[in-house]
Amino acid sequence: MIKAILIFNNHGKPRLSKFYEHYSEDTEQQIIRETFHLVSKRDENVCNFLEGGMLIGGSENKLIYRHYATLYFVFCVDSSESELGILGLIQVFVETLDKCFENVCELDLIFHVDKVHNILAEMVMGGMVLETNMNEIITQVDAQNKMEKSEAGIAGAPARAVSAVKNMNLPEMPRNINIGDISIKVPNLPSFK
Amino acid sequence: MALKIVKGSIDRMFDKNLQDLVRGIRNHKEDEAKYISTCIDEIKQELKQDNIAVKANAVCKLTYLQMLGYDVSWAAFNIVEVMSSSKFTYKRIGYLAASQCFHESTDVIMLTTNQIRKDLSSPNQYDTGVALTGLSCFVTPDLARDLANDIMTLMSHTKPYIRKKAVLIMYKVFLKYPESLRPAFPRLKEKLEDPDPGVQSAAVNVICELARRNPKNYLSLAPLFFKLMTSSTNNWVLIKIIKLFGALTPLEPRLGKKLIEPLTNLIHSTSAMSLLYECVNTVIAVLISLSSGMPNHSASIQVSFSRHAHTFSLKYLGLLAMSKILKTHPKSVQSHKDLILQCLDDKDESIRLRALDLLYGMVSKKNLMEIVKKLMLHVDKAEGTTYRDELLTKIIDICSQSNYQYISILVELTRLEGTRHGHLIASQMLDVAIRVKAIRAFAVAQMATLLDNAHLLTGNTQRNGICEVLYAAAWICGEFSEHLEEPMATLEAMLRPKVATLPGHIQAVYVQNAAKLFATVLRGQEGAPADSTVAQETSQLLIDRLPLFVQSSNLEVQERASCILQLVKYIQKLQQKDVEVAEEVTALFAGELNPVAPKAQKKVPVPEGLDLDVWINEPPSGSESEDEGRKSKGKAVFAKDESRHTKPRYTEVDEKELAKRREVRKAEQANNPFYIKASPSSQKVYQDGVGVEHIPVVQIDLSVPLKVPDQYVKLEEERRERNKADKKKKKDKKKREKGEKGRRRRGDSGPESEEDITPAHMVDIVTEEMPEWIDLRFISPLILLSLSLAPHLQVCDIQGNLQDGSQVVVSVIFENKCDSFIKSMEFNVLDSLNSKLQRPDGAGPHDGLIVPFQLPPGISNEARFIFSVQNIVMPQKLKGTLTFIVKTDDSSTHEKLDFKLHFTCTSYLITTPCYSDAYSKLLESGDLKGCSLKLEGVNQPFHHLLARICFHHHFSVVERIDSCASMYSRSIQGHHMCLLVKTADQTVSIDAKCDEPGLLGNVLDEIKLTFSQC
Repeated sequence: MIKAILIFNNHGKPRLSKFYEHYSEDTEQQIIRETFHLVSKRDENVCNFLEGGMLIGGSENKLIYRHYATLYFVFCVDSSESELGILGLIQVFVETLDKCFENVCELDLIFHVDKVHNILAEMVMGGMVLETNMNEIITQVDAQNKMEKSEAGIAGAPARAVSAVKNMNLPEMPRNINIGDISIKVPNLPSFK
Repeated sequence: MALKIVKGSIDRMFDKNLQDLVRGIRNHKEDEAKYISTCIDEIKQELKQDNIAVKANAVCKLTYLQMLGYDVSWAAFNIVEVMSSSKFTYKRIGYLAASQCFHESTDVIMLTTNQIRKDLSSPNQYDTGVALTGLSCFVTPDLARDLANDIMTLMSHTKPYIRKKAVLIMYKVFLKYPESLRPAFPRLKEKLEDPDPGVQSAAVNVICELARRNPKNYLSLAPLFFKLMTSSTNNWVLIKIIKLFGALTPLEPRLGKKLIEPLTNLIHSTSAMSLLYECVNTVIAVLISLSSGMPNHSASIQVSFSRHAHTFSLKYLGLLAMSKILKTHPKSVQSHKDLILQCLDDKDESIRLRALDLLYGMVSKKNLMEIVKKLMLHVDKAEGTTYRDELLTKIIDICSQSNYQYISILVELTRLEGTRHGHLIASQMLDVAIRVKAIRAFAVAQMATLLDNAHLLTGNTQRNGICEVLYAAAWICGEFSEHLEEPMATLEAMLRPKVATLPGHIQAVYVQNAAKLFATVLRGQEGAPADSTVAQETSQLLIDRLPLFVQSSNLEVQERASCILQLVKYIQKLQQKDVEVAEEVTALFAGELNPVAPKAQKKVPVPEGLDLDVWINEPPSGSESEDEGRKSKGKAVFAKDESRHTKPRYTEVDEKELAKRREVRKAEQANNPFYIKASPSSQKVYQDGVGVEHIPVVQIDLSVPLKVPDQYVKLEEERRERNKADKKKKKDKKKREKGEKGRRRRGDSGPESEEDITPAHMVDIVTEEMPEWIDLRFISPLILLSLSLAPHLQVCDIQGNLQDGSQVVVSVIFENKCDSFIKSMEFNVLDSLNSKLQRPDGAGPHDGLIVPFQLPPGISNEARFIFSVQNIVMPQKLKGTLTFIVKTDDSSTHEKLDFKLHFTCTSYLITTPCYSDAYSKLLESGDLKGCSLKLEGVNQPFHHLLARICFHHHFSVVERIDSCASMYSRSIQGHHMCLLVKTADQTVSIDAKCDEPGLLGNVLDEIKLTFSQC
């Protein structure tokens, strides 16, 4: 079982948090902070596993993480999950994000956290892995987006126009934010697809 | 109609959407909290509108804020509204919000049952999908029970997308509603052979999770899984199946044999490292369960695997796997010793710890020295305290497998600074020196050097645990002093003035062993023909140095030092008369401590006619144990000392002695006219022990004399309370008013408490300290936080909130009254013996808690802190500090605020209803002690009075007849408290009963105070 999925950036700002067990908001923030501290002090070229994040923790659980450019993707899992399997799953997740957002960068995750949630929901459901096939995930996500667009229809047009104008007003917006290497590089991993 | 929709969306254009919110937050980095609070206000407005699109937008924003740590549970009902929208777009937003913030105690969940059922049977597969996804996150036992059938139907839906989700969610349903497992299982098993790989994978997932909980029941599925393993190409499914087999093989060895071949095939054919690793892992499990042959087989796989380990992750996993092999086939791992030792140099701590674990398992007689030498090298290099401490424990563990040369290693270890394992090293030193005769001479020499260089170890006694080894060193030098080459020098080293800075228990050992050394030195000096002045000089040295210890604040040290000082003075007198004393002095410490094998006792035959299970005399009655606490002071000290010395060696004798003493005491009591028999109810408190005098003997640990166990303080407190209550009964009613005042100063060992109570030594010291933390001024009946000066912050309100037996929740409202922004607040309280602030795991006892919010000017917010309280009998005050940073436009300053936290006894009471029949039964039981209170000049209506007691002191009215009422309350530790309140002519009399008189007294005092304030 996956206990929690966290995405945060190099400064510990949460970009997505999904807990499959209930915690109070304060505890959740504490878990994110603590996990960030554990993960961020590790070197780039050490192993991707960490035992005993204290809060979600217990000795049963492991943190499995990957670091892509400005973002950390952290999965907290129990002993029933295969360590390398989950590493592969993170890779699939990031590749899927890359396809859906067309060259994903941190800003996509910042402004469209709802979409990221929807993509994640097609991969992991209630802490269990639902689908590992990237094409299948993308097909389902696209179909749902299409439905959303058709529902918006005529009524949606003005809203879309306004939001386009709003974004037009701020063309400098992404450039203002200095996040260095913006796009997340997707390294090749020999593991599963 | 269409026009209206368009108009609605035009209005909507000007609302903030999620992107605007995110952008806004990013533009307001300085005053984020303030900006968000205005956004939340906007959202609240939006939620009040009828337009579902506006609501959905608002809920979407709330979901984002939830991620940032804001509690959005107040919008739960609006979330349900959005969930029930007919449009997929909004429905999805609603379900996402619900999955993020609903949980079992969200009460609106029960409103969703029908909506979810409708969505599950929707013709649109994505409506169903989104409902299933949401449900998987917030399913409750009720929802599981109500919807189990609907989900079961979906398991055979025509669309594989729905089927796989339905199959997967069944696991969650099983967890919440186990009864559904039996009817659903056949269908679940069917799904293992579903044509769609996604559904298949989901079914494997669910069954693997179930099997992990209870592998036995799923053995029958093994053939099916075996088939899947050979046919499936989905790596994820294969990994799951192989992991499952790993769990099943220990239960069914025949399975293992069958598995080996397909697994080896997979290992050779797969390119996915994850699958390879799981295969190897299962092969290991299989081999272990077969526990025969083929170790070379596994080893060869393992070797190739760990050589492969370029990547760091694989190295870690390789080590993990090796430790599994090690348990059964240590030899096959032995050959990789060099590889593992290399891993110790790795910069990753995870890998180093794994390697260390492995090394520990690999140690044998032959390679012990080599490995230990290597490890010692690493100890020098190691940074990071956790790793170094781990390394140290491992070395000690390894070494304790063999005795020889061990001492020198231990001495070596003491050179390390900053380790917490001083105690462990000390006990190992003692252990070896006592057990192994041959090594004593060497050990003593080493210890003497250690004592001589003691100043190197004691750089920082408070933080440095290593000075514990001096304890062992002093004892070994004293006990085996005949092996010392220069006893005189060692004696001198032990009596240096610097010793006085060591912890008390070590000083005590120093003093005692100095006496032993003295004996040895005397014998040496008197044996030699040299003149007797040398011996006299030695005595003089002791007489000069010992007074330093006599002044020690530590009882143990003081006691021993003064005893020995007198002895030495006497010896000196004899010496001046030219009497040979050495023999007699040595006789004081004669007798050697021999090691006894743990099983030796079994070899002693039980004498005929002795039945060990029969009581030597009847177990003590309550009155007797009550009495034992009241022994005279001199006797208590004597008894304590004696039993401390004899107990470890002659337990049986001790028992008989006790019995004898008990008889004597009984006779004494019978003849003593002043002896008051205690009530039988007190028996409960002492039921478990054989007698009270066991408590000090067991509890007071020689090594930590100053730290009095809380339990004992509590017992002592209780006993005093009882004594006082007994005494009070005798006094007439008018005097009682006066007595009350005395009672309040219970912590003080004033004349009142001393006249008839003679507590044991240890406790007195603690009670002397008590006034510091029991300050009995009442400020309010509620827990109150009083602040000295609060320029920036004000604490408005505190509510005592009570939970399980020993926890008290304190809610503190922080209000920012100044014009600047306040952040980084840290709340800290100085723990007392009795009350402790609960800090997260891993935090030290002096660390503060970070208040999880920041305060813009004029904003207030509430934080909760949990305290654990052991003894609730008396009110308490805790001192604390709040540190925070005040940020103005151009600068920020660090500020500190001191405060006191006041726990009154009332705050430990919980309003509990009680029925009159149960109430009268309680009163009849006779377990309760009484106490009463009279209030003059109360001129308020009786029902106001009752309401006041109920509100301020958490009581509930049981029965009320005219101007008389009975009331009841319970403490968090289950003490019953009954009040009978009567009123006549502005006088209120309260008769109270409780099974804990101390608590009762304090609560009555607090009630009195409430009425004196009005």
